[in-house]
Amino acid sequence: MSTTAQSLHEEMFVLNLGPQHPATHGVLRIKLMMDGEYIADAESVIGYGHRMQEKMGENRTYAKFLPNTGRMDYVAAMFNTHGYVCAVEKLAGLRVPERAEYIRVITAELNRVASHLLWLGAFLIDLGGFTPLLYTFDDREQILDLLEGLTGTRLTYCYYRFGGVCNDVDDAFLAGSRQFVARMRARMPMYHALITKNIIFRKRCEEIGPITAEQCRKYGATGPVIRGSGVAYDVRKAEPYGAYPQLDFNVPVYPQGDCLARYMVRLDEIVESLRLVEQALDRLPGGPVMAEKVPRLLKPPKGDCYFNVESARGSFGVRLFSDGTDKAYRLKLRSPCFSNLSLFRECSRGMLLADALALLGSLDLIIPDIDR
Amino acid sequence: MAHELTWQIVRVLLYVVGLIAFAAFNAAYLSLLERKIPAWFQLRYGPKEVGPWGLLQPVADGVKLLTKQLLVQAESDVLLFKLAPVMVVVPAIMCLALIPFSEVLWARNINVGLLALFSFSAIHVLGTMLGGWSSYNKYASIAAARVVAQNIAYEIPLLLVMVTFVMVTHSMNLFDIVQQQAGGFWHWYLLRVQASPLMPVAFVIFFICMLAEANRAPFDMFEAESELVAGAFTEYSGMGFGLFFIAEYANVLVSCSLATVLFLGGWQCPFGLLPGLHWFLIKMYALCFVVIWVRWSFPRTQFYGLLNLSWKFLIPVAFLHLVLTAVMLKLF
Amino acid sequence: MALESLLKQLAAVALCGPAEAGATATSHAARGSDAEVTVAPGRVVEAVQLLDAAGFMVEAITGVDWLAEQQMEVVYDFTLVATGERVVVRTRVPRAQPEVPTISRIYPGADWHEREAHDFFGIVFMGHPNLHPLLLPEDADFHPLRKDFGA
Repeated sequence: MSTTAQSLHEEMFVLNLGPQHPATHGVLRIKLMMDGEYIADAESVIGYGHRMQEKMGENRTYAKFLPNTGRMDYVAAMFNTHGYVCAVEKLAGLRVPERAEYIRVITAELNRVASHLLWLGAFLIDLGGFTPLLYTFDDREQILDLLEGLTGTRLTYCYYRFGGVCNDVDDAFLAGSRQFVARMRARMPMYHALITKNIIFRKRCEEIGPITAEQCRKYGATGPVIRGSGVAYDVRKAEPYGAYPQLDFNVPVYPQGDCLARYMVRLDEIVESLRLVEQALDRLPGGPVMAEKVPRLLKPPKGDCYFNVESARGSFGVRLFSDGTDKAYRLKLRSPCFSNLSLFRECSRGMLLADALALLGSLDLIIPDIDR
Repeated sequence: MAHELTWQIVRVLLYVVGLIAFAAFNAAYLSLLERKIPAWFQLRYGPKEVGPWGLLQPVADGVKLLTKQLLVQAESDVLLFKLAPVMVVVPAIMCLALIPFSEVLWARNINVGLLALFSFSAIHVLGTMLGGWSSYNKYASIAAARVVAQNIAYEIPLLLVMVTFVMVTHSMNLFDIVQQQAGGFWHWYLLRVQASPLMPVAFVIFFICMLAEANRAPFDMFEAESELVAGAFTEYSGMGFGLFFIAEYANVLVSCSLATVLFLGGWQCPFGLLPGLHWFLIKMYALCFVVIWVRWSFPRTQFYGLLNLSWKFLIPVAFLHLVLTAVMLKLF
Repeated sequence: MALESLLKQLAAVALCGPAEAGATATSHAARGSDAEVTVAPGRVVEAVQLLDAAGFMVEAITGVDWLAEQQMEVVYDFTLVATGERVVVRTRVPRAQPEVPTISRIYPGADWHEREAHDFFGIVFMGHPNLHPLLLPEDADFHPLRKDFGA
C-alpha cells in the first residue's frame, strides 16, 4: 500500500467481483481492470456451478432427465422443462392434447410473473433499495402457493411430461389463479408509483448501460435484453408453439436500450402474462391432459431437431440428437443467460462500477443456467 | 473555592459517563429500531426472539461483537487501523457534550458552541478515511476515497446554511438559540420566515447535509453493500466494527439533536406550556424516525449523482438563502 | 423471398465441398429450422459471412461426437429476429484432428460458444483469441462429452 501511495502516476488495478459477492446472482466471478472508478475491461469467469447437464442428458433416459431441466434456471423452471419436452415430442411425433397446451400456458406465464417479480426485488437491492423486495416476494408467494398446490414443488417444477402434463388442474388452482390475476393487476400501479417514478431510481437507470440492437444480434442476446433495445423478437410470436397462436397478447418493446428500458419491458411483460393467464383460463377446453399411447420408454426415431421457447430471460433452445435408443445421443441446452452475459464485457467498458452493476442486474442472470 | 472545584470536576465526570452511556444506549436501541421500523414497512416482524419484542437483541449483538477475535492484517498499518474506530466515535460523543438537552441538563455551555460542534464533527471523516486506507484492501480504499469526496461536498452547503443561521440569531451559543425560540411553535426557527423566507428550505438542506455527513442512506455510498461488501469497514471485525457502528448512530443522534436545538425549539413546548427534557426527546426521536424512514425508502444514488446534488443544487440554493437573509436583515 | 436467394448463395458455398455438402430448405415444424446447409470446414467462415450480411443472429454452436464414423460435427444455429427464420450450418471434421476456423471475428458472441465446444469435445477453433476452458476448471485437459470419455 505504501509503495502505491508513493508512486503518483495512475495505475490500473484488478478488482475481483465475486465469486462471493452480494450483487452477482449466483457464483460468478468478474475480473475487472479498474482505472480509478472506471472499468477498463471486465472478464467474466464462469463455470463455478458447472454440473455437466449435457452429459447427464446422454446418460439417462429421456424421462429420467426431466427433473434436471428444472434445476438449471430454477427461478423460471417451467420454461426449461417446456423446451426439453417439446423437443422430444417433436422428434417422437407426439401430439399434445389441447387442454394440456392451455395448462402449459397458464403455468408457464405464472412462472414468468414469479421470475420477473424476483428479478425486480433483486434489481432494486442491487441499487440499494431494500424495501421493494419484500413487496415483490409477497406477490410471488401467492404464485408459489398456487403452483405448489398443482405440482408439488415451489421452485424446481417437473410438471410437464412427454405428451402433456403430469396431472390435471383442480378448481382450487383455477379459482386461485383468477384471484391472483385480479390482485396482481391492482398491485401494478403501486409498483410504478413506488419504483418507476422514484427520481433516484430513474437516475440510476436512465441512459445507463446502453446496449444497441446490433450488439444484441452479434452476441445472440434475446428476451427482455433485445426487446429493451427496440427489436420486437419474441419466440412466442416469431415461432409460435403450444396454445400461443390462439391467444391474444402484445410484446412490449422499448427502443432506448438502457437499464430503464429493460426494466419497463419486464414490468409490461408481467401485465401481458396476466392477460395470457386470464385468456387461457377462460378458454380452457375439456379433455385429457396426456396424449394417448405414449410409450413408457420413449425411443424417438433417429434424427435431430431444435426447439426453442421464450423463457423469462430469453430464448431457451434445445438441440436434440437421437440415435433411436432410449437415451439421447447429444443434448445441447442453449441458455439465454449465457449469451446475455457474453455481451457484458463489451458493454461495460468505460463505465463506472456502480453503473456496471446496474447493467449486470438489468440483464437478469441466473448463473446455474449459464453454467448448466 | 476547593468545594466549587470539586463539584465542577464531579459534574464533568458525571457528564462524561452520562454522555457515553447515553450515546451507547441510543446506538444500541436505534439499531433495534432500525430493524423494527423497516419490518413494519415491509410487512414482516423484525427481531422478536431475543427478549420481548426483540428488546434484548442489541444486548445479544453487543455480546457477539465483544466475543469476536480482533483480527488485524499483517500488512495493514496497525496503529492507524486501531486508531480509526476511536477517531470516529470520540468526536460524536464530544459533540453531544455541547448540546443543551434542557434548561438544566447540559454538559458545557460555550459561547461558540455551534462552531465547536462543527469542528468536532469534521474529525470523523478523517477517522473513516484512515480506517479504509489502513486496511490494505482495495474495496476499503475505494470507499475511503468516496467518503472524503462526499463529506467535503456536503460540508459546504451545511456551513453556508449555518452562517446564514448565525446571521439571524446573532449568537453561536446553543443555549441562547433555544431561548430565542421560546413561546410557541411559531417562534421556532423552522418557521421564522420573517427572518428569511427560505428558512424551511434551509432546514431541508441542513437535514440532507447531516444525512450525508452521517453517511446514512441514500448517501451511504461508502458502505454500498452490494458493490463494495462493507466499504471502509471490510477488514474490521468484532468491536472495531462495533465502534464504527456506534459512531454511525451517535452521528445520527448528534444530527437530530442539533436539528432539534436549532430549528425545532429544543426543549420548548410547541404551545409554550410545559417546556422540558421530554419535548427535546420527542422531537429528536421523531427526526430519528424520519432518518430511518428515508434510509429504507430510497435506492442508493450514484456517486456522481450525490456529488452533483451537492455542488450543483444545494450550494446554489444555500447561497441564495444567504443573500436573501442578508437583504432581509438590512431592510428590516 | 429473401430466404430462397440466401439459400442459393449458401448452396454455391456448399458446392465447393465434399459430396454430402448441400443446402436444403427444411420444415420448421418438423426439424426446427427453415434451411440446413452442410459445408466443408474451410468454407464455414464464408457461409457465416453470408448469414451475417443477411442480418442473422448466432443462437447456438453445438459440437457432436460421431464415434462410429470417426468424425466430429459442429452445428451452428442462426436466427433472423425479424421473421423468426432459422438456418443451420453444419460441418464435419475428422475426429483425430478436429479443427474448424473460428467465426468469433464475425460474431463476438460465438467466442463463448466455441470455447464451450472446445471444453466439451476438444475441437480446435483456429484463430480463436482465447481458447481457455470456459466451464471446466482452468487446468482441465480432458473433454467430457467425447463418447470415449471414461470418467
